[in-house]
Amino acid sequence: MSELGARLRRWRAAVQQRLPRRRSRAMAGLLLVIGIVLPFLFSPSSAFMNATIIAIAYAVMSLGLNIVVGFAGLLDLGYVAFYALGAYSLGWLGSGFFFKAQVHVLVSPVVSTLPGVHLNFILILIAAALICAAAGAVIGLPTLRLRGDYIAIVTLAFGEVIATLAINGQSIHVGGGMTLTAGNLGISAVDSPYFPGIGSFNLLNLRPWYWLIFAILLVVLFVNLRLRDSRLGRAWIALREDEVAAVSMGIPLVKTKLLAYSIGAAFGGMSGAFFGTYYTTVNAGQFAFGFSIFILAMVIIGGLGSIWGAVVGGLVLGYINNYLIPDVLNDLPSHLGLNFQLTQVEFGIFGFLLVLMMILRPQGLIPERRRKLELTAEIAAEDAQLAEAPGTPGGGGT
Amino acid sequence: METTTISPTPSPPAVTARPLAAVRRYAGRWGLIAALAALPIYYGITDLTNGYQAGVVAGHAVIHHDLSKLGFNFAEGLSNGAIWALIAIGYTLVYGIIELINFAHGDVFMIGSFTAVGLWAVLGLGLTTSALGLTGGLLVTLVVAMLVTGSLNVLIERVAYRPLRSAPKLASLITAVGFSFILQNVGLLWRGGSPQSVPDLIHSQQTVFTIAGVPILRGYILAFAVMIPLVFALTWFIGRTRAGRAMRATAQDPEAARLMGINVNGTISLTFLLGGMLAGAAGLVYALYQTNIWYFQGFKAGLIAFTAAVMGGIGNVRGAVLGGLIIGVIQSLADSRLGPQWTEAVVFGYLIAIMVLRPRGLLGEETREAG
Repeated sequence: MSELGARLRRWRAAVQQRLPRRRSRAMAGLLLVIGIVLPFLFSPSSAFMNATIIAIAYAVMSLGLNIVVGFAGLLDLGYVAFYALGAYSLGWLGSGFFFKAQVHVLVSPVVSTLPGVHLNFILILIAAALICAAAGAVIGLPTLRLRGDYIAIVTLAFGEVIATLAINGQSIHVGGGMTLTAGNLGISAVDSPYFPGIGSFNLLNLRPWYWLIFAILLVVLFVNLRLRDSRLGRAWIALREDEVAAVSMGIPLVKTKLLAYSIGAAFGGMSGAFFGTYYTTVNAGQFAFGFSIFILAMVIIGGLGSIWGAVVGGLVLGYINNYLIPDVLNDLPSHLGLNFQLTQVEFGIFGFLLVLMMILRPQGLIPERRRKLELTAEIAAEDAQLAEAPGTPGGGGT
Repeated sequence: METTTISPTPSPPAVTARPLAAVRRYAGRWGLIAALAALPIYYGITDLTNGYQAGVVAGHAVIHHDLSKLGFNFAEGLSNGAIWALIAIGYTLVYGIIELINFAHGDVFMIGSFTAVGLWAVLGLGLTTSALGLTGGLLVTLVVAMLVTGSLNVLIERVAYRPLRSAPKLASLITAVGFSFILQNVGLLWRGGSPQSVPDLIHSQQTVFTIAGVPILRGYILAFAVMIPLVFALTWFIGRTRAGRAMRATAQDPEAARLMGINVNGTISLTFLLGGMLAGAAGLVYALYQTNIWYFQGFKAGLIAFTAAVMGGIGNVRGAVLGGLIIGVIQSLADSRLGPQWTEAVVFGYLIAIMVLRPRGLLGEETREAG
């Protein structure tokens, strides 16, 4: 009898081991298909499409920040710096801003007659990722021997310095009457993405934009998933959990931390470059401290260290910020007899969400298992009980 | 004066990479002092050698070769710094006791300003009020603003930080940021989105006397008249009273303090109360001195004051005052020489330099965080 019981238990365990994997594959396939056909369900220039594109771009940033804050446990409050650098990469390399230069690489026939530096969007995307990766390493250097709150402050300071440079960039001359940035006027008339065979994108038809950012999301997501399960990903988590122990076990601290900053920054830069071309302007006013917190809120709400959480957090806050608050609920206070619009207090709403989330569900919407254990002792105890009882659903696969 | 120091528990040195160790060994405190002295010395020398434009008389620029412009920068900077010092103490006290950067603190200061200005209207203080009425009214305002911000700070601690005290520090830091945004939006709804000018009750720009060509304005005197007694009172409180001793004990080791019969939660609340009260006082002084208030003032002031607290050595009250005064001078120099649009970058540049050269600050002790 006991042999039969043991065999049954083994089968059950085997089935449970396989089921989630297949289910998650099927889920991933389904999401992919939904993601690809989604634009056909809405009119090509609807507000919802616009909100979706922005929300996906936020999700890309959220995935980048999740590497720094979630995996490596380095609280970065200056992530807006990479949004700025990414957007300026586009402004510098994909517009007539440096009007003395004449560089054209794989751009549309119309653009190739214009002055300035004009590179193909994919090249700009790569350049933005590289520039931001370098900047990430530079920002990471002074924080190497600091921990916790001090890292937050240094990154915050860097973010603010970059934002100040962006605003005052008009008075920094780079030669030939050209300046570093266009300050609050913005670098406008940036190139739209152009692909041979597809043509230039335009804002009347948002579908190509959607597929572009969706493709970027897939790439970033893939890199994230592979990184998490790699040696480097485990090293990040080890450093996050216990720096002293991790270093004692031979994890190279400098390299591992700097890679976290660089890779996280690179994704932010890619998304920033996309935002630059999508908003058709690179304006210094976009790069405020609040944006860093906004992205951080996505990571936190999704669940620190959780990849799917970061995606969901980015999408949720993206929709709240660009669809729910401005288009759906904006008049709510005036219906209640209050004299303000909801868009005015959006950061207050995000602040409230952050506080609420931290107090009620600190592990986030889709928690990473390890982080969950760390944050909630009760849940840890519960899990331990579940693990003891074999065959109980939820106690097994991650 | 060791009694005035609230510092986090000294922990064993952390195992970390030290890529800049060589630089830091030679730089350290003197490097930081040299970096701080660089700006005034540079501008002092350029003022003496190249001169500066002191004004225009009959179409001709009047060029002076003396140090009074620098003196003016210092006077203005120190008095601004007195305000930052009051806010920085709040950061330092809270950090000393629960090792949390209270991001909402700057916005508590903003609420202090708003409360004070709101109260003037209630009390009917205006430009025509008699001197006696004005003094009485402002004292009432000071007390009320301090009580409001003090209790607000206690409330924030109770709602946002206490439930998370056993959670990782990241959690309470995030709620702190969240509360900062909430308070900013409260301010936004209270007084609108643009800076508002308030009645110049004390004629803050009026010169009282002149020292060596540097005019001393009423605003300067006010800032110090409020800051110095408050700092002395706080030092006395922390150093001499039973509650102050409890604060120091809790800062050293909360667990041991609890075992010794100290009410740790009460002591932490008291710390937040004191920090918030000083921020309220700073709020009133700011409104009187700058004569305009803005919902965003708290965010900027908070970052500046935090820089000050870090510069002085976080957890150290004297350090916070020193840091506040220094940051005030840096800010005033940057404002007048480079233009106000660069000030923020200069202040944050210094913050980064401190972090690289001497994370524990000028007067701070070695901590686990700042290695």
